[in-house]
Amino acid sequence: MTPYIANTPEEVSEMLKVVGVSSIDDLFQDILPHLQPKSFNLPDGQSEFEVFEHIKSLAAKNANDLIPFIGGGYYDHYVPAAVSALISRGEFYTAYTPYQPECAQGTLQCLYEFQSSICALTEMGVANASLYDGGTALYEAAMMAIRITKRNKIVMDGGVSPIYRKILRTYTSNLDYEFKETPVTHGRSDRDEIIKLLDKSTAAIILQNPNFFGAIDDHTDIIEKAHALGILVIESVYPISLGLIKTPGAMGADIVTGEGQSLGLPLNFGGPYLGFMATKKEYIRKMPGRIIGQTVDKQGRRCFVNTLQAREQHIRRDKATSNICTNVSLCALQSLIYMTLMGQEGFVELAQLNLDKAEFAKVCLEKIKGVEVKRSSATFNEFTVCLPTNAMNVIEAMIDKGFAAGFPLGRYYPGMENYMIVAVTEKRTRAEIERYAKCLQEVLLESAVSCN
Amino acid sequence: MFARGVIRKRGLMQLIFEKSVKGRRGFINPKSDVGLKAEIPLAFRRNKPCPFPQVSELDVVRHFTILSQKNFSIDTNFYPLGSCTMKYNPKFCEAVAQIPGFAHLHPLLPQLKKGESLTQGALELLYDLEQWLCEITGMDNFTMQPLAGAHGELTGVMMVAAYHKSKGNKKKYIIVPDSAHGTNPATAAIAGYEIISISSDKDGGMNIKELQEKITDEVAGLMLTCPNTHGIFNSNIDKISKMIHAVDGIMYYDGANLNAILGRCRPGDIGFDVMHINTHKTFTTPHGGGGPGAGPVGVNKKLEPFLPISRVVKRENGTFALSYDYPDSIGYVASFYGNFALLLRAYAYILQLGREGLKAVTDHAVLNANYIKDRLKGKYQLAFDRICMHESVFSASKQAQRGVHAIDIAKFMIDQGIHPPTVYFPLTVKESIMIEPTETESKTTLDIFIEKMLEADQLSQSNPEAFADMPKTSPITRPDEVKAARDLNTNYFTQ
Repeated sequence: MTPYIANTPEEVSEMLKVVGVSSIDDLFQDILPHLQPKSFNLPDGQSEFEVFEHIKSLAAKNANDLIPFIGGGYYDHYVPAAVSALISRGEFYTAYTPYQPECAQGTLQCLYEFQSSICALTEMGVANASLYDGGTALYEAAMMAIRITKRNKIVMDGGVSPIYRKILRTYTSNLDYEFKETPVTHGRSDRDEIIKLLDKSTAAIILQNPNFFGAIDDHTDIIEKAHALGILVIESVYPISLGLIKTPGAMGADIVTGEGQSLGLPLNFGGPYLGFMATKKEYIRKMPGRIIGQTVDKQGRRCFVNTLQAREQHIRRDKATSNICTNVSLCALQSLIYMTLMGQEGFVELAQLNLDKAEFAKVCLEKIKGVEVKRSSATFNEFTVCLPTNAMNVIEAMIDKGFAAGFPLGRYYPGMENYMIVAVTEKRTRAEIERYAKCLQEVLLESAVSCN
Repeated sequence: MFARGVIRKRGLMQLIFEKSVKGRRGFINPKSDVGLKAEIPLAFRRNKPCPFPQVSELDVVRHFTILSQKNFSIDTNFYPLGSCTMKYNPKFCEAVAQIPGFAHLHPLLPQLKKGESLTQGALELLYDLEQWLCEITGMDNFTMQPLAGAHGELTGVMMVAAYHKSKGNKKKYIIVPDSAHGTNPATAAIAGYEIISISSDKDGGMNIKELQEKITDEVAGLMLTCPNTHGIFNSNIDKISKMIHAVDGIMYYDGANLNAILGRCRPGDIGFDVMHINTHKTFTTPHGGGGPGAGPVGVNKKLEPFLPISRVVKRENGTFALSYDYPDSIGYVASFYGNFALLLRAYAYILQLGREGLKAVTDHAVLNANYIKDRLKGKYQLAFDRICMHESVFSASKQAQRGVHAIDIAKFMIDQGIHPPTVYFPLTVKESIMIEPTETESKTTLDIFIEKMLEADQLSQSNPEAFADMPKTSPITRPDEVKAARDLNTNYFTQ
């Protein structure tokens, strides 16, 4: 028996009697003998305590004490205790998709507030109730742009996350779409290179702000040019930066997506995360994913329901806007609580702290001989550093000093082997940053010695 | 039932934005210790602050606590939602997911030079889970990357496409039975295929004759839920496999109902080539009010070369690594290694239950479903009168003749404190009511549910008009869905 099965042997016999069979085995008569398992060699069950100890021993094999200066789209922000306390309520996390609105007003109102918060964050007109993660949200945005424009070419800026670009290519490899990417530099979007790739078959340009190298930009000029050619612009954004930097809405972007991990979600070795998507109101019917709308009940009281469901797979089947069945409600709620706790002032302060600490780190790193901080573009909390030697090796050596020192750009960008991106969140203290710079200096000295 | 405090507060529930008072704070950031204040250049600056609400922490806690009480949930209500497998989510699995050694692990660490050594525990866990899922399903390999069941379906169908491409097959169609979940045809269409739909026979299985007529060399594969959404196991599944394989088609197993066959049958043994698992169903990771999920995808040797990268491999020295060296791989389907925190819960659940526990899950899920079916079948029209697996499908056709439809019975159940069964799905049965009790519910709970269902039937005879006003005990009465779609209001800030 397991603790999660309640029926007693007496109850089992009573139930079998009602069903009219003599044993549980009789219920499986449709699974003919030749369809039965060839093997089922799983471990014996263990007690809760034993499993807990085992999993703790696995956790201990991970490096948990590195001080993270690694980002790449996924950041180590502080999460207020109230966030996990609230999402740990069983009424939230053990509820199903809100198909019966009368007994799901909690989830529905939260998702309406989430949509509203994403609109506030991005200064866009409408948002959906979330998608799997930032990468798949960007793919959904590309498909949405293709549906709206009825064109089949997508132009991607080289500064868009290389991981996202790989995902997009996977999904479209069997489809008749064309992808073009601009060459990569470590600064802002190269206008000329983007414009060169535009033509009458272009559905959308995909941009990222801040981009993978940390550079921030105002894409208004690109967006105006695109619109003149009937091309949509998709912006992938980092939500915390929007406390300070110009919003995609203010630039005139058509579709906005992003990774919401930084809004109160733990890093969790890659998931679950939170994809969000916002667009202009006129495109709402082309947007994938669940959308919550406000309405009234029979007594005229405000309430919330799933709306525009005719776009979705459970109604439209093979004609649906996407195959997505569910969203990531609980992660959306988590981010909503986070954004709410931060509040109007706190959110700006948070962004300012990230900016200040990153700028302080730049100053510290620049003092090291041979280290060049790329300053051709303004940045938010992540920036590009050029090292005098291979960044992969430097980062490896920094692990022994207790730091996850950054992400080596050579991994995804051939020719950038000496570059890394460094992220500095509000959690990094002055002491940590200074020690990081000191250790980096030591590592570089050691590597210079070993080269000689 | 809804908490009393909530019922007293019926009427207009304020939005969090409406509770905002200028100057109120819900969180205080640390003070800056770096002694400099930087500025974003004017051209790149946001021109007005983001209008998040200004509320205290207590405001936030009370707001969301009261909202939570407006939900039905497994922790508070019986939730016999057919096809959704709403079973108890063990608290222990939640606790495991909070262990800091996993919760704070950055996903890019293993991509650093020798970075695998930083994440050995996580990689070992993924590797072991893959082995167990293979043994449970009879598949040869799994990818943990897909982030939900439907995402797993897409991953699987993309591998089907890659398989045919590699063999130079010209394939155009995916076959889907009419009883399938909507995600099956939607997925196949998004992956670039056209759909051939096959009707159900009178026993609730797939119409084999029609299948025979519709199979051509252009069929890329067949997507099948087994047992299907009628709760019925196709006994001739091996014949179907042979028919599809005869045209070099791929058999896709939709794992939505895997919880009905644990230890009783393995998709890999009966001809399926590729499958996904919904961890939030079979392995009871929480539904979260609609996600996040996780949708590992298993394949046999035929499709193995096309699995997404990265893959977790075990080296000869017993350590674990990520490998990207698979030239035929379809590539990245997600940013990292799947929804790790959910896979972690599934791992804990499988290890705790073990071989016998997993078998017991299926045994009791099926017993509970049959018990409900046989207790209700006198009063509700049973769609297929035979032994069912983990769920059964009724039709409210008798009640509908009295003017009481499946949706009315659903609303009646809300007033009884029970989440309604799934209604109007599967589409193959008129006025369908689909009931899946799961193994975690006791006979005591099932008896209460049965009593309430019988009461609804009685009321449909004695006073059918009574249903129009239901539900009455919920925080709201029936919402105006037409107005919601017509006067679209999806964002507080533009209203």
